[in-house]
Amino acid sequence: MNLATQQFDAVIIGGGGAGLRASLELAQSGLNVAVISKVFPTRSHTVSAQGGINAALGNTDGSDDWRWHMYDTVMGSDFLGDQDAIEYMCKNAPQTIYELEHMGLPFSRLDDGKIYQRAFGGQTRDYGKELVHRTCCAADRTGHAMLHTLYQQNIAAKAKFFNEWFAVDLVKTEEGISGVIALNIETGEVVFLQARATILATGGAGRIFQSTTNAHINTGDGFGMALRAGLPLQDMEFWQFHPTGIAGAGVLITEGSRGEGGYLINKDGERYMERYAPHLKDLSCRDVVARSSMIEIREGRGCGPKGDYVLLKLDHLGEEVINKRLPGIRELSITFAGVDPLKNPIPVVPTCHYLMGGIPTNIHAQVLTVKNGQDHVVEGLYAAGECACVSVHGANRLGANSLLDIVVFGRAAGLHVQQSVREGLGFRTPSPSDIEAALAGLERWNRNQNGESVDTIRTELQLVMQNDFGVFRTAEHMSEGFKKLEKLQERLKTASIKDKSQCFNTSRIEALELDNLMATALATAYLANERTESRGAHARYDFPERDDAHWLKHSMYFGDGKIDFRPVNMKPHEVKPIELRARE
Amino acid sequence: MHFSIYRYNPETDKKPYMQEYDLDTEANNCHMVLDALLAIKNTLDDTLTLRRSCREGVCGSDGMNINGKNGLACTTHLSTLSGPIVIRPLPGLPVVRDLVVDMSQFYKQYEKVKPYLQNSDPLPAKERLQSPEERAKLDGLYECILCACCTSSCPSFWWNPEKFVGPAGLLQAYRFVADSRDTATTERLADLTDPFSLFRCRGIMNCVDVCPKGLNPTKAINQLKELMLEEAV
Repeated sequence: MNLATQQFDAVIIGGGGAGLRASLELAQSGLNVAVISKVFPTRSHTVSAQGGINAALGNTDGSDDWRWHMYDTVMGSDFLGDQDAIEYMCKNAPQTIYELEHMGLPFSRLDDGKIYQRAFGGQTRDYGKELVHRTCCAADRTGHAMLHTLYQQNIAAKAKFFNEWFAVDLVKTEEGISGVIALNIETGEVVFLQARATILATGGAGRIFQSTTNAHINTGDGFGMALRAGLPLQDMEFWQFHPTGIAGAGVLITEGSRGEGGYLINKDGERYMERYAPHLKDLSCRDVVARSSMIEIREGRGCGPKGDYVLLKLDHLGEEVINKRLPGIRELSITFAGVDPLKNPIPVVPTCHYLMGGIPTNIHAQVLTVKNGQDHVVEGLYAAGECACVSVHGANRLGANSLLDIVVFGRAAGLHVQQSVREGLGFRTPSPSDIEAALAGLERWNRNQNGESVDTIRTELQLVMQNDFGVFRTAEHMSEGFKKLEKLQERLKTASIKDKSQCFNTSRIEALELDNLMATALATAYLANERTESRGAHARYDFPERDDAHWLKHSMYFGDGKIDFRPVNMKPHEVKPIELRARE
Repeated sequence: MHFSIYRYNPETDKKPYMQEYDLDTEANNCHMVLDALLAIKNTLDDTLTLRRSCREGVCGSDGMNINGKNGLACTTHLSTLSGPIVIRPLPGLPVVRDLVVDMSQFYKQYEKVKPYLQNSDPLPAKERLQSPEERAKLDGLYECILCACCTSSCPSFWWNPEKFVGPAGLLQAYRFVADSRDTATTERLADLTDPFSLFRCRGIMNCVDVCPKGLNPTKAINQLKELMLEEAV
C-alpha cells in the first residue's frame, strides 16, 4: 500500500521525562530527531511525580556516597535489580542532577544555596545504617518542574515534535526495527516514520488496574508494541502499590510527606509501622509499607465506616513545613479527599503506582531479546524510562529512583544512538507485508461493527486485575483471573467503536490503547502465576518466602505465551557485588 | 444531572450545536466534571470528544468553559455547580472538535518568550547556588500547567492572538526574569517593549480569576512593567 514515509535519524515515542531527555541529547548533537507523543509533552505522566529525585550529593547531611545509594537500591530491589545497571545509575546521579539544575529546574534550596534534599523510603547511609537525606526536589512538584524544564530545553534545541500523534505499531524487518506507524490524532492521517533508531519512551500501564495513581494515558503502549513485534517483556509480575493513594480517588500523596515526618496510623491511632519495621518505620521500602497497611485493613484495624483505609498524619509538621515543602499534596488532599492535612489526617490506601518490569534493555538502553539462551540486541530499537526494564528497580523500586532512572537512561539512549549513527547505523527497509502487519490492529478497529464497547471490556479487565493480581496473590485467585482474562481477550477481537470519524477520534485511540492494556495484563498474569515465591512487590500467600535457589532470575514473557528466563547481573564494574541477604 | 454540551465535528456537522444529556451522577460515582464527561462518553455517547490525562489538575489537558467560567474539568466538583451544567470549549481558540481546541497559537506565544533558562556564565562543576529567598521568587510562577484557561479568558488575547503574548506566556517570561540564575533579563524585557506583546494587557484580571492553580499573571505582568521602567531610567 501507499503510505507516506518520513525519515529521521531517530524517532522517540513518548514525550515524558525519558523521551525528552533522549531527544535533548540528540537534538543538541545535530541529529535529525523527532518526538511523537500522544499528548502535548507537558501532559505526560512525569508531570505528576511529586517527591523528588535521588542523588548522593550530601547537601543536607554534609556527606553521602553513591555506593550507599547503590546498596540501598539493590536491597530495595530484593536482589532482582541488575547490579551493573544500578551502579551506572547511582554513579551518574549527581552529574545528572547538576545538569538538570543548569537547565533551570527550580530545585528547592538549603540556606547555603545548595539543592535541598529530603529523606525518602529505604535511603540510608553507610550500607543500611541511619536514614539519609538524598532526595532532591522542587517542593512536591518535582516531576512537573522536571518535565517543563526538559520541554523548555527541547524548544531551545529546536527538537521536532509530532504532538498528539499516536504510535500504532513498530515496523519490524528481518534485521530489526525500521520505525513506527504513526497516526495523527487530529486528522486521522497515517504515516510511516522510518528511523535509524527508534526509542520507546512510552511510560507505564497503571490503567490495567481499577485503582491507580496513573494518568488515563498510562496504557502500556510500548508493551503492546513490543509484544506484537515478537519481543519479550521482563519481570511484568512486579507492580508497585504505593502506600499512600487517596482512598477512593487513587490520587498520589508523595512519600515525601513521610520523608518530612508524617506517619501512618490505624483506627486506634497506632503508628503501626513501628511494629512491622522498627528500624526504618514509615520510611521502609514501599512494598513493606503497602503490605503492612493491607494487613492492618484485613485484620480489622482500618479506618472509616467500612474500615477500608488507613490515615496519613501530617498536622504535627505545622503550617510552615506543609506549605513550604508539601503545598501540592495539601491542594490534592483538599480537592480529592475533602481533608486539609493541616487539621486532619488523609485517608489513604495502597494503590497501583508503578511497573518495575518492562522491555529488557542493557545499560545503553538497547532493547534485548533472548536467542538460544543468549542476550541479543534488537537492531535499531531502544527503550528508556518506565517502559524499559534495565533493570534498576528489580522487584521493588525505591521512591525517587524513577525520576532518576528516566533522565539517566534517557540520556544513555541519546548518547548511544549518536555513537551508533556515527558508526554507520543505517535504515532498515520493510517489505509491504512488514508494513501491513503493523497496520493490522488499526484496520481491525476501523472494520469491526456492532461489537461490545471498549469501556465494557476495559472495565472488566481492570476489575480482574484489581481483584486477582493485587498486593497479595494466590494461585487460586490468579488462575481464576487468568481464565477471565483469556475470555476477555477473545471478546476484544470482536469489540468495536461507533465513532469512525477521522477528526480527533479519541474513541479509536482508546480502542488501540485497550489492545495494549490487554497485552500488558496478560503478560502480568502469565509471569505472576509462574513465579512461585514472594520477592519485593510480588507477594504470595501460598509462597511467602523469597526463594533464591530457584527464582533469583528475571522472567520473560513473549506474546505467544512462551516464558523464558535471564540471569540477574550481579557483577558491577567498580565495586564489589552486593551479596544476597535478608531484608528487614 | 442535566448537561448541555457543545458539539461540533467538522466531518459531519455544518455548524456547532448544544447537545443535552441526562446522567445519573450518583450511580456512576461522579464527583468531578471530568468524571461526568467520561461517564457520558463511556455509557451514552462515545463520539463526545475531549482531552484528559492526569485527572488531578497537574497536566493541564482538560481546560474548558464550565457554566461560563474557564476551569479544569478534573478539579471542578459537580457539587459546586448549579444545573443545568453547560460545557463549552475554551473561548477564543479555534475548535477542532467538540471540547478540543486548537492550541497552536497559545503554544506559539509561549515559545515567543524563550521559556528556558539562559545563562552566559561558564558552567560550575556542581549546582549554581541560589538562596531560599531567591528561589522563593519563583513560587507562584513555575507551577503553571499550560492549560490555557487564563489566556483564553483574556479579551486582549481574543482581539490580538498573534501579537499579544497573553497571560500564560507573560507569566513564564517573568518566571525567567525572576530567576537569579538567568542572565538574559535585559534582552527578555527588550523583546516585550512593542505596543502589543505585553502592553495590550488592560488589567482586566480574568486570568487571575480563572487560574486553576491560583497563580497571578496580572501581578507578573505588572512586575515586568516595573522592571522595564527601571531599565529605562
